[in-house]
Amino acid sequence: MIALLVRDLRLAFRAGGGFGLGLAFFLIMAVLVPLGVGPEPDILARIAPGILWVGALLACLLSLDRIFALDFEDGSLDLLATAPVPMEGVVSIKALAHWLTTGLPLVLVSPVLGLLLYLPPQAYGWLVLSLALGTPALSVIGTFGAALTVGLKRGGLLLSLLVLPLYIPTLVFGAEVVARGAQGLDVATPVALLAGITAGAVALLPFASALVIRINLR
Amino acid sequence: MRLNVTNLACARGGFALLEGVGFSLSPAQALVLRGPNGCGKTTLLRTVAGLQPALAGEVSCPPESIAYAAHADGLKTTLSVAENLSFWAAVYGTRGIDAALEQMNLRALSGRAAQNLSAGQKRRLGLARLIVTGRPVWVLDEPTVSLDAVSVALFGDVVRAHLAGGGMALIATHIDLGLPEADILDLTPFKATIPHHGSGQFDEAFL
Repeated sequence: MIALLVRDLRLAFRAGGGFGLGLAFFLIMAVLVPLGVGPEPDILARIAPGILWVGALLACLLSLDRIFALDFEDGSLDLLATAPVPMEGVVSIKALAHWLTTGLPLVLVSPVLGLLLYLPPQAYGWLVLSLALGTPALSVIGTFGAALTVGLKRGGLLLSLLVLPLYIPTLVFGAEVVARGAQGLDVATPVALLAGITAGAVALLPFASALVIRINLR
Repeated sequence: MRLNVTNLACARGGFALLEGVGFSLSPAQALVLRGPNGCGKTTLLRTVAGLQPALAGEVSCPPESIAYAAHADGLKTTLSVAENLSFWAAVYGTRGIDAALEQMNLRALSGRAAQNLSAGQKRRLGLARLIVTGRPVWVLDEPTVSLDAVSVALFGDVVRAHLAGGGMALIATHIDLGLPEADILDLTPFKATIPHHGSGQFDEAFL
């Protein structure tokens, strides 16, 4: 299992591995929004939580179709399915590797982008916390979507259509945490709901993903 | 320790291909599957390897004893030969890739990235994975595609060494592997005659 994680991370960092793709997208989006909306601090500060969360979500979406597609194409998914590792473990590790290469960098650079969007200082902590709590759910749900579309040629668009509706609760509560944090309001409820969604997704979805992969490999 | 296949029927994409297939493998025995293109060799091997369910019949062998090698080698092109093999060694919990590198004549290539290998070298690396798994039953689908004559002979030796160590091999191939001791099973007589009625039904994907 650890070998699989190490391999996936190594592949992501090597040439053509796609590491930094989501991060670059996130950066570009946060730089473009002030250019498009105009430099008024009030407006930017008001839309910053939503923009940052939508940006993080789309950045996660960008690299989802690579999770299983590459392994399916070169045959290693078949070989992993016959290897002495449970498929539930394989999909969990894949989701973890996706989070480490996509979600975690987003969490780490988000305060810098908050600065670009005039996010009020008291919201930085909540922004980092909400992304740290919410992005694992994005990776796990995305892995499920990738499992559903594995084997489809150019399944990326279908994958986006399948996964985006499932991302809505995470987006709503994640952006709500930051927005309430920016206004100095109580954030306990959205934080709890966000953490609950992530915990539920992490606990249950790997079983669904593993089953779907087994069916798709037939 | 035997691999028993009894009255097996299997389908691909909803079409029944084979039925009533039965054979048995005991240690140090190899079985070569033959038959024209599309007769169901790959489907049979995937069923034996547990990648797809059988329509009927059963495959019995001890759990976690099968190492499967498909048409695709499952190589990661940006990893080196040694890294590719080490990964599978770690997955299967076996130690050391030296023996596999030696037997498949890959030692000189061990530091090279898999994307810079020739087709035959890639295939040799894919087959070296079998040695690394340490599993007794090898299920091989066209193992000699793109290998030159020397490498085919090399592979024949590797299979023979595996059999001598008490292993088994089930091989689908069109060419002579230089394994005169292997039994040959022609799949043509097992062609399915009864259409598979489950085809096209919505529930099929979930059963």
